[in-house]
Amino acid sequence: MRAIVTVIGKDRVGIIADVCALLAKNNVNILDISQTVMQEYFTMIMLVEIPKGGIDFDELSHLLSDSGTEKDLSIRIQREDIFNAMHRI
Amino acid sequence: MINSGEILQTIEMIDQQHLDIRTITMGISLRDCAHPDIKACCDKIYDKITRYAENLVRTGEQIEREFGIPIVNKRISVTPAAIVAESCDAEDVVPIAAALDRAAMAVGVNFIGGYSALVHKGCTKGDAKLLRAIPEALATTERVCSSVNVATTRAGINMNAVAEMGRIIKRTAALTAGDNGFGCAKIVVFANAVEDNPFMAGAFHGTGEPECVINVGVSGPGVVHHALQACKGQPFDEVAETIKKTAFRITRMGQLVAQEASKRLGVPFGVVDLSLAPTPAIGDSVADILEDMGLESVGTHGTTAALMLLNDAVKKGGVMASSHVGGLSGAFIPVSEDAGMIRAAEKGLLSIEKLEAMTCVCSVGLDMIAIPGETSAETISAIIADEAAIGVINNKTTAVRIIPVPGKAAGDCVDFGGLFGKAPIMPVHPLSSAEFIARGGRIPAPLNSLKN
Repeated sequence: MRAIVTVIGKDRVGIIADVCALLAKNNVNILDISQTVMQEYFTMIMLVEIPKGGIDFDELSHLLSDSGTEKDLSIRIQREDIFNAMHRI
Repeated sequence: MINSGEILQTIEMIDQQHLDIRTITMGISLRDCAHPDIKACCDKIYDKITRYAENLVRTGEQIEREFGIPIVNKRISVTPAAIVAESCDAEDVVPIAAALDRAAMAVGVNFIGGYSALVHKGCTKGDAKLLRAIPEALATTERVCSSVNVATTRAGINMNAVAEMGRIIKRTAALTAGDNGFGCAKIVVFANAVEDNPFMAGAFHGTGEPECVINVGVSGPGVVHHALQACKGQPFDEVAETIKKTAFRITRMGQLVAQEASKRLGVPFGVVDLSLAPTPAIGDSVADILEDMGLESVGTHGTTAALMLLNDAVKKGGVMASSHVGGLSGAFIPVSEDAGMIRAAEKGLLSIEKLEAMTCVCSVGLDMIAIPGETSAETISAIIADEAAIGVINNKTTAVRIIPVPGKAAGDCVDFGGLFGKAPIMPVHPLSSAEFIARGGRIPAPLNSLKN
């Protein structure tokens, strides 16, 4: 299943490394990644692939949001379909 | 890959502009639950609903988590209970409401609609029993919603039923006086009721519907309000285009959720209802959108035109986004559930007469309006008759959900809490309509050509 991970928060050292490490540990492949810093605010968007039979979506979602809360970041994961539905005909 | 701007836009819509799926409503046919013994009938109803809707709430919550879009309500609509109750020997059919309430509680939905009767031409024995039971049913249950269809374009207006509904609403208010007449917030009087409406309190599962179906109602006044900030001072062409594009996006979300819910529950997808349903939350108001178009307050001259544009543009944008559109599909203007409407009503800038005019161009009627507790049943009936007339002659659905709040007078305010919001008591016309209502009979179906 393909999903979009978004990370929004105040910029600091190691945000990308932390999120990537968490994804790698759970065998989630990163297909595409983009990031910008606007007015000190860090925004990272990743397209990821959760393998069939891999980590449960809800579990991954909790892991990401918990790790975000610890570091004062908003990290969420949503299935890619919602963005396709809204922005593509 | 979708670009970052689009992704962030979607997230902003959900986080800051109150974009949500207002309801996933499962329609369930109860036609096979009829039984002469009311106890057996109730058992069949309870068993069927709890079996069919067992996974509804869980599936809704799962979709919510995976897509990151809030699904505010999971609900159930059932076959009009008058049809199911028709073959019961018992005279008192309140136990059917109790069975629906228990089933709703068991599966975890907050409302179940369909304690209903369709009496636009007249009452059967079952309809009469159900109408008699409505006040007590609404006073003794928590989650059951009732609706009665009193008129259609093809049949005209059943004025006997209109008169009866005035009395039913008064009695319901009296029985729920401790809750400011809240029972009346759970009853809708319709003209041209639709069979696949997912929104409460007027949802029921029509007789032309399949065994079980999933209908979805979207929302999003906040998103439209936000989008319109970018076209300040622009001509109406721009306003209409912006609303269409926004409605398209909102509806695509509804379509996706509807299809996903249908697939996971193994129940056919029915319709997406394209209604802009406000909530009392700040920034989630239909009135705000009308004011964005340049009105100092909703209710002033120009309001009807602004609403007509909004309603039409939402439909035009939404129709292409969904494979099947149905239900009520129009902007809702419930007074107590819309922060902007409440504001205008409190200042006396919005009258029942203006609201009535607004219902000519949008869905769905005089909705969640609190009126003085001493308003007579005949006056309430006359308000219903006026609203039904608008629906019948214009070939559209109209409805009345009105609450005569016991012990309150015009200028007071009543708070129903949560999504129901608070309502300033609006004055009604003091002169009598009693003789008009006392006539009874039917207002004939109107001519559908020679339109002017």
